[in-house]
Amino acid sequence: MSDHHHKETFITKYVFSTDHKMISKQYLVTGIFMGIIGVFMSMLFRLQIAWPDTSFSIIEAFLGRHQDGGVMTPDIYLALVTIHGTIMVFFVLTAGLSGTFSNLLIPLQIGARDMASGFLNMVSYWLFFISSVIMVLSLFIEAGPASAGWTIYPPLSALPQAIPGSGLGMTMWLISMAIFVASSLLGSLNYIVTVLNLRTVGMKMTRLPLTIWAFFVTAIIGVVSFPVLLSAALLLIFDRSFGTSFYLSDIFIQGEVLHYQGGSPVLFEHLFWFLGHPEVYIVLLPALGITSEIIATNSRKPIFGYRAMIGSIIAIAFLSTIVWGHHMFVSGMNPFLGSVFTFTTLLIAIPSAVKAFNYITTLWKGNLQMNPAMLFSIGLVSTFISGGLTGLVLGDSALDINVHDTYFVVAHFHLVMGVSAIYGMFAGVYHWFPKMFGRMMNKTLGYWHFWITAVAAYGVFFPMHFIGLAGLPRRYYNNTAFPLFDDVSDVNILITWFAILGGLAQIIFLANFFISIYKGKKAEQNPWRSNTLEWTTPVEHIHGNWPGEIPAVHRWAYDYSKPGHDEDFVLQTIPLKEGEEES
Amino acid sequence: MTALLYVLLAIIVAIAIWQITNIFNLKGTIATDKDNNTQGILFAVFGVFFYGLMIFSFWKYSVILLPEAASVEGEQYDTLYLITMLLILFVQAVTQFLLFYFSFKYRGIKGRKALFYADSHKLEMIWTIVPAVVLAGLVLYGLTVWNDVMDSSDAENPLIVEVYAKQFQWEARYAGADNELGKANVRLIEGINTMGVDMTDKNANDDIAVRELRLPKGRKVIFKFRSQDVLHSAYMPHFRAQMNCVPGMVTQFAFTPKLTTSEMRANEETIAKVEGINKIRAEKGEDPYEFDYLLLCNKICGASHYNMQMKIIVEEEAAFNSWLKGQQTLAQAISQ
Repeated sequence: MSDHHHKETFITKYVFSTDHKMISKQYLVTGIFMGIIGVFMSMLFRLQIAWPDTSFSIIEAFLGRHQDGGVMTPDIYLALVTIHGTIMVFFVLTAGLSGTFSNLLIPLQIGARDMASGFLNMVSYWLFFISSVIMVLSLFIEAGPASAGWTIYPPLSALPQAIPGSGLGMTMWLISMAIFVASSLLGSLNYIVTVLNLRTVGMKMTRLPLTIWAFFVTAIIGVVSFPVLLSAALLLIFDRSFGTSFYLSDIFIQGEVLHYQGGSPVLFEHLFWFLGHPEVYIVLLPALGITSEIIATNSRKPIFGYRAMIGSIIAIAFLSTIVWGHHMFVSGMNPFLGSVFTFTTLLIAIPSAVKAFNYITTLWKGNLQMNPAMLFSIGLVSTFISGGLTGLVLGDSALDINVHDTYFVVAHFHLVMGVSAIYGMFAGVYHWFPKMFGRMMNKTLGYWHFWITAVAAYGVFFPMHFIGLAGLPRRYYNNTAFPLFDDVSDVNILITWFAILGGLAQIIFLANFFISIYKGKKAEQNPWRSNTLEWTTPVEHIHGNWPGEIPAVHRWAYDYSKPGHDEDFVLQTIPLKEGEEES
Repeated sequence: MTALLYVLLAIIVAIAIWQITNIFNLKGTIATDKDNNTQGILFAVFGVFFYGLMIFSFWKYSVILLPEAASVEGEQYDTLYLITMLLILFVQAVTQFLLFYFSFKYRGIKGRKALFYADSHKLEMIWTIVPAVVLAGLVLYGLTVWNDVMDSSDAENPLIVEVYAKQFQWEARYAGADNELGKANVRLIEGINTMGVDMTDKNANDDIAVRELRLPKGRKVIFKFRSQDVLHSAYMPHFRAQMNCVPGMVTQFAFTPKLTTSEMRANEETIAKVEGINKIRAEKGEDPYEFDYLLLCNKICGASHYNMQMKIIVEEEAAFNSWLKGQQTLAQAISQ
C-alpha cells in the first residue's frame, strides 16, 4: 500500500478517506460536536430541576415553541433527558470514544498499515455521520424529538397519543439508531479481523497493549449485542407503523381501546437490555484500556498484573452479556429470574475489584509524570470505584426495589460509566493528540480542565445519591407537586451550580483542543517516552503508517524502568538483550 | 438570535481562556518536575475535598433520607441496606485514600527510577478471593431477603388490593367480602367502571373502587398491579415497595404495614424531616406540611409523570374495616 502513492484530492483525503488515522479524527470531531449538544442539553434541564417555574432567557432562546416565557414544557423536558442520554451513550461514548481510539490505535499499536478493510471503515464512519445528522434533525421537528427516555420503553414510545415525541421524533430516533447499529457493526467486525490477522511479526496476543485488548473485546461484545437492539427496534417499528402486537396489549388511551393484543413490554425490556447492559461495558472497557496504557506510561512502571487485567477484561465482557435482567428486577419478571441476575451481576464486582486494585498498585512506587492524561486516568480510577461500589446496592435485587429508577441510579451510572468513560476519552485525547495532529496540547489548560471537572463531577453526583435515597424518582419535570420533596430543592440547586461549573470547564478543553490543532507546539516523535509501536511512526501522517518495513516486536508493551536498561522505557521493537528475560 | 449570541459568547470565552494562559506559559506541554510536584500535592488536596464532601453530605443530607421502614418486610431491607452501605463506605474510604495518597507520594522526580514490579501471584489471589468471599456472603444474604419479600404464597388471610395506573392517575380496588378480585379488561371500560371490571363475574359483585388507598396495620397486603395505557411503576418508598404496572399483565407485590400514619408522624426521623421541610415552606410562605404515605409513579409515563400520586393511609385494622364497610361497592355505584 505504501509503495504506490495515490494522488490524493481534498475529497479522498479529508472526506471519503479510507485512512484509519483520518477516520479516527472524523469520529473524534463528530463525537465532540455531539458531546457539546448532549452536555448543553443537560445544562438546560438542570436549570429546570433547580429552579422550576423560573424564567431563563437561555431556555427562551434555544427551546423556541417548547417553552413558555422562558420555562420549558414538561414534554420538552422529557425530550431533553431522552436525547441527552441517547447522544451521550451512543454518539459520544460509543462512537466518539471507541470509534476514535480503536481506529487510531489498533493499526498503529499492532503494527499494521491500516484496518483490514479501509473501505468498510469509511462506510462505518459515514453511516455514523448520517445517523448523527438524523438524530440532530429530529430536534427541529414540530412535535419535538423522541421523549420516552433513552430506553424507549413501549407503549410510551409506541403511541403518539401518550406523548408527542412518540410521533415523527420517535420514528427518526429509530431510523437513526438502526443506521448507528449498522455503523457500529461494520466498525467492530473490522476491529476484530484486524487484531486477529494483521499483527506484525512478534506481536503475540500476550504482547498486545491493554488498549488493544480492551478495543478487541469491546468489539466482540458489540457484535454480540448490537444486532439485538436492531431487532428490538425493528419490532417496535412494526408495532408503531404496521399494527403488529409484539410489545403492546390491552391498551385504553384517550377514551379509545386500541386493537393490540398479546404483546408484552417486558419482551422489549429484555431485548433492549440485552444490548443496553453490555453497552455499559462497550462504553467503559475502551476507557479502561486507555487508562491502563496511560497509567503505566506515566507511572514509568509496568501495568501491574497484565495477565489478570486481560483476564478481567474477558470476564467482565462475558458477564456483561448475562446480567441485563438487573435493570428489570421490578418489571414484573419472575422473582426467581431476578435471583439469577443478582448472582451474575454481583460477580462482576470481582474482576472490577481486580482492575481497581491493579491500577492502584501500578501507582505504588512509581515515578508519576503528572501530564493531563495521567490526571484524567487517576480521576477515572476514582470515579470508577465510587460509582462501581454503589452497584452493590443496585445489583442486589432486594435493595434495588426501593432505589430503582430514583436519582440514586442516576448518580451511580453517571459516575461509573458516564464520568469514568468521559475521563478515559479526555485522557486519550490528551495522550494521543500528538499522534493525531502532530502537535501538543497545552498542559496548563489541561490541568485547569481536569481539576474543575473533577470537583464539579463529584459535586454533582455525590449529593445526588442522597436525593435518590430520599425517594425522589428520576425524570421528574419538577418536584413541587410533592411537599415531601421540598427539602431536596436545596440539594438540587447545589448540584446545578456544580453542573454549570463542570459544563463551563469543557470550554477550556474545546479551546485547548481546537486551537492546538493549528497553533500547538510541534510534537516530537515519542513525547511521553512510551514503549508502544505508534510512537515509532513518523510525526507527519503517511498512508501505510511506517515509511519502510513494519517493525518487528520483541517484547511486551510494559518494560518501563526495567533493570538493566539505561532509559526508563524500552520500545517494543528493541530485541531482548542476551540473558534478559521477557516479563 | 439570542441563541446565536450565546454560542458566540462561548467561543469568545474559549479564545479568552487561551489568551490568558498564553501569558503564563506559552509552550508548556509535558509535565516537568515542578508540575509533578504541584499536581501531586493537588491530589492530596483533592483527597481532602473528596472526604470533606462525603462527610459534609452525610452530615447535611442525612435528614432528608427516608425514615425507618413502615412495613415488616422493610425492616429486613433496612438491615441489608445498612450492612451493604457500611461495606461500601469502608472499601471506598480505603481505596480512595490509597489512590490519592500514592498519587501524592510517588509524584515524579527527574532521575528517580520507578520500581519494576509487574506481577504478584499472591496479591492477585488476595484481591480476587477476598471480594469473592465477601460477595458470596452478600449475595446469599440479599437473596434470602429477596425471597422473603417476593414470596407471599404462605401469607395467612392477606388483603387483596388492585392498584390501577393510567396517565396520570392512580385508582384502587378492594376485593370485598370474598377477598377475590373480579376479572377485568380495558375493553370493558365504560362510564364509572373506569377499571374495566367484568361485572358479570361473580367475584366482582362486592369489589370496591376507591381513589385513596387505606391499609390495615399488621395484615399482609397483596397488591395486584395493572395499567391501562403505558408502563407505570407503583413506588411506595416508605414501605420499601415498588413494582411496575404493565399493560396486558398483572404484576404483584406484597408487604405488611407496620406503622400507622399517625405512628409514623410521631417517628423521630419523620419529625426531623418534616421540620426541615416546614422551615423551607415557611420561608416561601407556603402552608405547613403534614406527613403522609404516598404512592408515586416511578416509570416515565408522559407529560405529567412528575405529578402522578395517591395518598396512602395506614390505620388500625378495626378502623380500616369500618372504613371499608362504609364504602359503596362498584356494583352499587354502577346501578345508581
